[in-house]
Amino acid sequence: MGDVLAVVEQREGNIRGVSCEVVSVAARIAEGLGGTAHALLIGGSGVSAGASDMGRFGADKILTTEAEALGDYHPQGYAQVVSEAVKSGGYRGVVFAATAQGKDLSPRVAALLDVPLASDVTDFRVEEGGIVAVRPVFAGKAFASVTFTASPALLSIRPNVFPAQEIPAGGGVEPFEPSELDPGAWTMRLKEFQPSGGGSKDVAEASVVVTGGRGMKGPENWGLLEDLRNALGDDAALGASRAVVDAGWRPHAEQVGQTGKTVAPKLYFALGISGAIQHLAGMRTSGTIVAVNKDPDAPIFQVADYGIVGDLFEVIPRITEEIQKLKAGD
Amino acid sequence: MKIVVCIKRTPDTETKIRLGEDGVSIDPNGVKFIVSPYDEFAIEAALQIKEEAGSGEVVLLSMGGDETQETLRQGLAMGAGQAVLLKGNPGVDALATAKALSAELRGMEASLILFGMKGADMDQQQVGPMAATLMGLPCATAVSEFDLAGETLSCRREVEGGAEMIEMDLPAVVTLTKGKYEPRYASLKGIMAAKRKPLEEKEAQGGESRLIVRDLAYPPERPAGRVVGEGAETAPELVRLLREEAKAL
Ligand SMILES: Cc1cc2nc3c(=O)[nH]c(=O)nc-3n(C[C@H](O)[C@H](O)[C@H](O)COP(=O)(O)OP(=O)(O)OC[C@H]3O[C@@H](n4cnc5c(N)ncnc54)[C@H](O)[C@@H]3O)c2cc1C
Ligand SMILES: Nc1ncnc2c1ncn2[C@@H]1O[C@H](COP(=O)(O)O)[C@@H](O)[C@H]1O
Repeated sequence: MGDVLAVVEQREGNIRGVSCEVVSVAARIAEGLGGTAHALLIGGSGVSAGASDMGRFGADKILTTEAEALGDYHPQGYAQVVSEAVKSGGYRGVVFAATAQGKDLSPRVAALLDVPLASDVTDFRVEEGGIVAVRPVFAGKAFASVTFTASPALLSIRPNVFPAQEIPAGGGVEPFEPSELDPGAWTMRLKEFQPSGGGSKDVAEASVVVTGGRGMKGPENWGLLEDLRNALGDDAALGASRAVVDAGWRPHAEQVGQTGKTVAPKLYFALGISGAIQHLAGMRTSGTIVAVNKDPDAPIFQVADYGIVGDLFEVIPRITEEIQKLKAGD
Repeated sequence: MKIVVCIKRTPDTETKIRLGEDGVSIDPNGVKFIVSPYDEFAIEAALQIKEEAGSGEVVLLSMGGDETQETLRQGLAMGAGQAVLLKGNPGVDALATAKALSAELRGMEASLILFGMKGADMDQQQVGPMAATLMGLPCATAVSEFDLAGETLSCRREVEGGAEMIEMDLPAVVTLTKGKYEPRYASLKGIMAAKRKPLEEKEAQGGESRLIVRDLAYPPERPAGRVVGEGAETAPELVRLLREEAKAL
């Protein structure tokens, strides 16, 4: 009755970390609605092998669809499978991750199912048998609570905001057979994937982000930030302000803010960043914010949990050194 | 070739937002409204294609209230040839907006339909791919750059960890992010010319909204920030706080 479907993401057959968050959110909503959570994993042949792991995060049942043509994300193929799975399961809610893939897929599914979607949700509750989703609007300057008058309710959740909770559940894996897939009729063709250089974590997915602004003075100084990122570990990524991207010091893929990516890592370093409203739009829901700026009146200090006033060329190496010491002691 | 660009009137990103008395919308008094920044990338892309081809037309389409005329004129001033205003009240239900736009788009017979990746108000990132799906057209989202060779579009789409290259045949839908298309400024001549360009008004044919804003609130206050100290000597204390107090390390 009150069942909820979590749409799981994989890349090259590996389930992505954010999907554990999606499954736990689905499980918590299902609990509120008096139902159970299911997960749906779509991929190439063999992808089902790791699927049962989603049981740890609250999936009572895991549906898997394997097909040659579905190994990589394809908007039209995936939208077909997800919408058919939603229809056949009679779900009350469907949860996506608000990742590049989830943001591309979820509106298509909403259109196919003819139901509305609340995107980039940062909080939710179940009230009087209905879902209330809370989402930032006006670049985080306000939060809207929205309710649905159609079923199922579709939500995409902002990565890193919700914990990936261990909620042990059945976790049985079952194939889901969609109606015939006809890749020949898909009008979009995926030509290639060009990985961005460095192979490091993407700023939108990392749980720690080290962002440099114009205060860094030039691209030649990014070694300082790379050292800090390396000290922080594999889950850390580099970010940049728009001033830095516009100057050509760093690629747009790293830009955080209104015309860049929205991030919500557990820990965010704003280094040599003034804290313009459009930058805050992309990072204000981060867990802990650290700022280093030589100007004590820089607006970034108003949102920073911890600030250091000083010259970043002196301060950053010391922070890196202290973190290295700490990690060495662990 | 006919290119339609869907644009939305949104508050300037610098604007301070004040909540309205109804508790579900913002107070528009004193707010400066602009063409949503991503939609400017889309207008710029359309103008560049037309200029490269040396022919074609660029039509703007927006759903909104009477005041949206002003927004459409701003886009016309950049160089678009004509505009259509669907009079209506776009709400938070992007599917309702997509239905209204696609109802009009179906009759426009455009080869290429461009959207912004997201509106700078509700930040939904939904309307473009929804409208495309409703019309059964291919749609590449979050595109930073594309090429048109004959009837085939090659799009570069920014995703986590890299870029996807997608090909599709016209007619097609693209949603634009920041990238190749830095919007031009309207010239004085452009602004004058825009006043005389055709702007057609119609009633929007949309569905009702099935996503309801229950309340709108200011963001939860972040606990007041704290300056730990000055200079590099503060680094050990910062790291200690991050570990012991914030539990972030
Ligand atoms: C429509 C629109 C969209 C936008 N989108 C974005 C966006 O997505 N992302 C974004 O970031 N911006 C965006 N902006 C731009 C934004 O308004 C700011 O211009 C930009 O964020 C400033 O970048 P910054 O903080 O790096 O540079 P600045 O504002 O120049 O700040 C540099 C800071 O470094 C400090 N500093 C200098 N030297 C040192 C030193 N040696 N040690 C310590 N501190 C030092 C200075 O005190 C200053 O505070 C947008 C603007 C508009 C109009
Ligand atoms: N009322 C509207 N009129 C015209 N285009 C719109 C409207 N709302 C949204 N759009 C288009 O859809 C894109 C995405 O908007 P959104 O899904 O609201 O983030 C915008 O950048 C516009 O191109």
